[in-house]
Amino acid sequence: MSRIYLFSLYLFVWSPLAAQQPDSCNFALTGSVIDEHDQSRLAYATVFVKELNRGVVADSLGLYFIDKLCPGSYTITVSHVSCEPNTLSFDVRGSANKDLFLEHHIEALQNLTIEGLKLNDRLSSAPSERLDITVLERHSGNSLGDALQEITGISALKTGRTLVKPIIQGMYGSRILIINQGVRLQDMEWGEEHAPNVDINSASGLTLVKGASALRYGGDAIGGTIIIEPSSFLSDTLYGKTSVQAQSNGRGGAFNSELYLSGKTGWFTKVQASLKRFGDFKAPDYHLTNTGSLVTGVSLNAGNHKKAQGFDLFYSFFDADVAIMRASHIGNIDDLIQAINSQQPLVISDFSYRIDQPKQEVTHHLARIKYYRSLSKATDLEVQYDFQHNQRFEFDIRVGDDKTKAALDLELITHTVSGSTKLNKTSNVPLEVGVMYRNQVNFANPDTGIRRLIPDYNRNELAGFVTGTYHLSDHLKLDGGLRYDFVRIDAKKFYQTSRWLERGYDQDFGETVLMEIGSQILVNPIFDFHSFSGTIGANYYWGNNAELRINYALAQRAPNPSELFSDGLHQSASRIELGDLRIAQETSHKIGATIKNQKGRWYWELSPYFTLLNNYILLEPDGVEQTIRGAFPVWVYRPSDVIIMGLDARTSFTWNHHWVSDHRISYIYGQDTQLGRALINIPASNLKNKVTFQRLEWYGLRLSLESSIHFKQSRFPNNNFQAFLPVANTFTEVDISNTPRGYHLINLISTMELPVFGLAGTTFGFSINNLTNTKYRDYLNRLRFFGDEVGRSYQLSIKVTY
Amino acid sequence: MKKSLNIIFLIGSLGLMSACGSDENPLPIVEEELITTLIVTLTPAVGPTITLQSQDLDGDGPNAPIVTVSGALKATEFYDGAITFLNESVTPVEDITLEIQDEDEAHQVFYQAGGNAQMSVTYGDQDANGNPIGLVFSLSTGLASSGTLLITLRHEPDKNGVNVDNGDITNAGGETDIAQSFSIDIL
Repeated sequence: MSRIYLFSLYLFVWSPLAAQQPDSCNFALTGSVIDEHDQSRLAYATVFVKELNRGVVADSLGLYFIDKLCPGSYTITVSHVSCEPNTLSFDVRGSANKDLFLEHHIEALQNLTIEGLKLNDRLSSAPSERLDITVLERHSGNSLGDALQEITGISALKTGRTLVKPIIQGMYGSRILIINQGVRLQDMEWGEEHAPNVDINSASGLTLVKGASALRYGGDAIGGTIIIEPSSFLSDTLYGKTSVQAQSNGRGGAFNSELYLSGKTGWFTKVQASLKRFGDFKAPDYHLTNTGSLVTGVSLNAGNHKKAQGFDLFYSFFDADVAIMRASHIGNIDDLIQAINSQQPLVISDFSYRIDQPKQEVTHHLARIKYYRSLSKATDLEVQYDFQHNQRFEFDIRVGDDKTKAALDLELITHTVSGSTKLNKTSNVPLEVGVMYRNQVNFANPDTGIRRLIPDYNRNELAGFVTGTYHLSDHLKLDGGLRYDFVRIDAKKFYQTSRWLERGYDQDFGETVLMEIGSQILVNPIFDFHSFSGTIGANYYWGNNAELRINYALAQRAPNPSELFSDGLHQSASRIELGDLRIAQETSHKIGATIKNQKGRWYWELSPYFTLLNNYILLEPDGVEQTIRGAFPVWVYRPSDVIIMGLDARTSFTWNHHWVSDHRISYIYGQDTQLGRALINIPASNLKNKVTFQRLEWYGLRLSLESSIHFKQSRFPNNNFQAFLPVANTFTEVDISNTPRGYHLINLISTMELPVFGLAGTTFGFSINNLTNTKYRDYLNRLRFFGDEVGRSYQLSIKVTY
Repeated sequence: MKKSLNIIFLIGSLGLMSACGSDENPLPIVEEELITTLIVTLTPAVGPTITLQSQDLDGDGPNAPIVTVSGALKATEFYDGAITFLNESVTPVEDITLEIQDEDEAHQVFYQAGGNAQMSVTYGDQDANGNPIGLVFSLSTGLASSGTLLITLRHEPDKNGVNVDNGDITNAGGETDIAQSFSIDIL
């Protein structure tokens, strides 16, 4: 009611005041008014041009149109009911498209700041990038790792189609923290084939910090931190969203639905559920047999947010059953040679939705309770407890009674309590101080009948941090922080006596032996790690839209259980993996900078970085071991000194009303300075170009053509080894090092917004991925020896909000 | 401020108290599927039985299998062959051959002469579909020569593949459970 009244008022005040325009003033400004927090379009927002004393009201889709603009500088004020108006200046040199951002629902957002979920919570001098909800929605049927690749400098380490680990500027796995709802995910991301347990549909935005500067969440994020943002909260609302997506390749799709309800007194509830189902994917020439998946996610959020205090409960459940390509399950080196030499998978069957062995079944529960209180205008306090339960089953192809028995059965239980306080909030030196305690117990079920790859252990962590910002002037802001982490790992592990002796552990760890049972030996090693992390940086702003960020981060990371304890045949990788009890923690020094400028219709951004890593733990092939099952390559975790540096660059240009182009390039250089050779698993350079046509009057039509060129990685270490071929009675070289050739992919993406279901916005999307059905293999897919990547796929999606 | 820190420490210490790990020792894992030992007996009509054995008691551990051949084969001789698979890491020792017989359609043993060894192997058994298993076979030697005999146990091979029933492994597919090569002298 009040809304309509306000509009009428604005229209009444402004319309008669439209100033007279000279004839040359025929430029137009168009775009959307967007809620900065959840990236939704704000219907009926007003856009007011001060110099002309003229305003317009955006339509029901948040689109605005101002015509009759002369060349020159304008001050534009955007406002919306219950939003703080946002004023910005804008140079008009021609007709342009400009999205205007507003922070919606200020009252609720202020509380969110206390929750530690807003972007201010990481130190802002760190290079970072954000993915908004529209990008995440487009990846509704994919995984977190797929969506993140939309960010310059992010690539993926994959196992087949579905298991995707993000790589941030060359680093992955335990070097990347994933923060969901303010909780650090503990999801057994130890193996290269373990993907993060996150339902992308539960996120309303994603921020990625490149480097270890998000000290609040952990000091060991040598690669970076991915912060999954929850929905923004609005009082007295009922809001819902349902989306359906169908994909031709894999003959499956995704369904997601959510409902949000809140009252006037700060109470709110949100329920979300999603389901994804895919059958076998198809490469251009054949079906990739046994590559289907079934993924479900449910999340519940409720609480009471008030300014003075509030609490927040969150629970989520994630379940993924993922089939691993049948042809990738091999025996010994002979099978590997056969697979490498064969140009196509050794097992190809007709399409099926079945998820057969080999496969993974993973479940993850996350529960969190949080309480915050504003102690004074300048001081906030927040305490949080969270609980996570992970269960991971991995099934291999087995014989007899064990056919349906898991080969790996791990249960990981994590409790975390943390507290933090914000001090001097209103001064120009705001500080945040926090402490954290975490206990984690891993249980490896012996019923598998296969020796444990990861042992039983108990891990305790204690940490404290302080971060601060110093506002020197309107142009310059400094920030910095320190964090200390203590980690104790208390493990109980069986070694084969032969392995214990071969590694020389009897010399160094003899006192940890508890008992000897047959040919096995039970040991109880206890490791303590003290890790220090720190960051310091500056933000400098000049001109209208130019910014320079520079940041140094020191980070230390204690080795993870697989780096310490791995021991034995990893059947799904067909290799013997050996950890090392002697591995010490990693130390990294990273300097990153970002310089960006929006000059009229032209935007550009350059982000160079340099990382020096001491004791960097990497997994590399190291010879062959003979067993009665034949020979197997041995992969050893080995510490080394390493340099990783690179450059991410991006530019975009708004040609006119309708055409926008966007260009990105990433280059990474990785060098093992200890061995004086290239570093393994460094993503190749890539070049991405995108042209977008938009005609917002045509039901918000947006049409994009995307080209991504991935070059061949020419820098890789030579880890090839000799294998004996008994039949030929000769040795042959096994080429596991060489990288696949480069490739060029083209995608077409289109969206339209049609008011089909009543008043609410309905978005239709149609896209084609791998338009040219290009046949390719990727260096960073663990299954690249066994089959091509996925071919062309048509995708149709409908989203309804209400 | 002081009060807030008290709250943090109170909650922290509650967490510490609740987080007691179990002090029980984990159970050792009994690897029931493991094949540690392969024994081939080659019995001629007259003369001593020749035994080929490979024993790998630590499975995927660092120790290579111990491979023994009890003696040379005679030239132009005909041997009755039999193969046994054992799991000697458990007590009592488990005879895996019986498990293979139970799932005979899902297994096949392949024998390949390598180097210059003059010999050939003919299957002596069949599964329910009339395809060979390879637990029982005959081996005939040619002229004096030396080379290798590679013995491969495949799990879920394609027994209908081209020439697979004749002992040609090329089109067999499946996974390798055992692959062991023996040095053979034919005198």
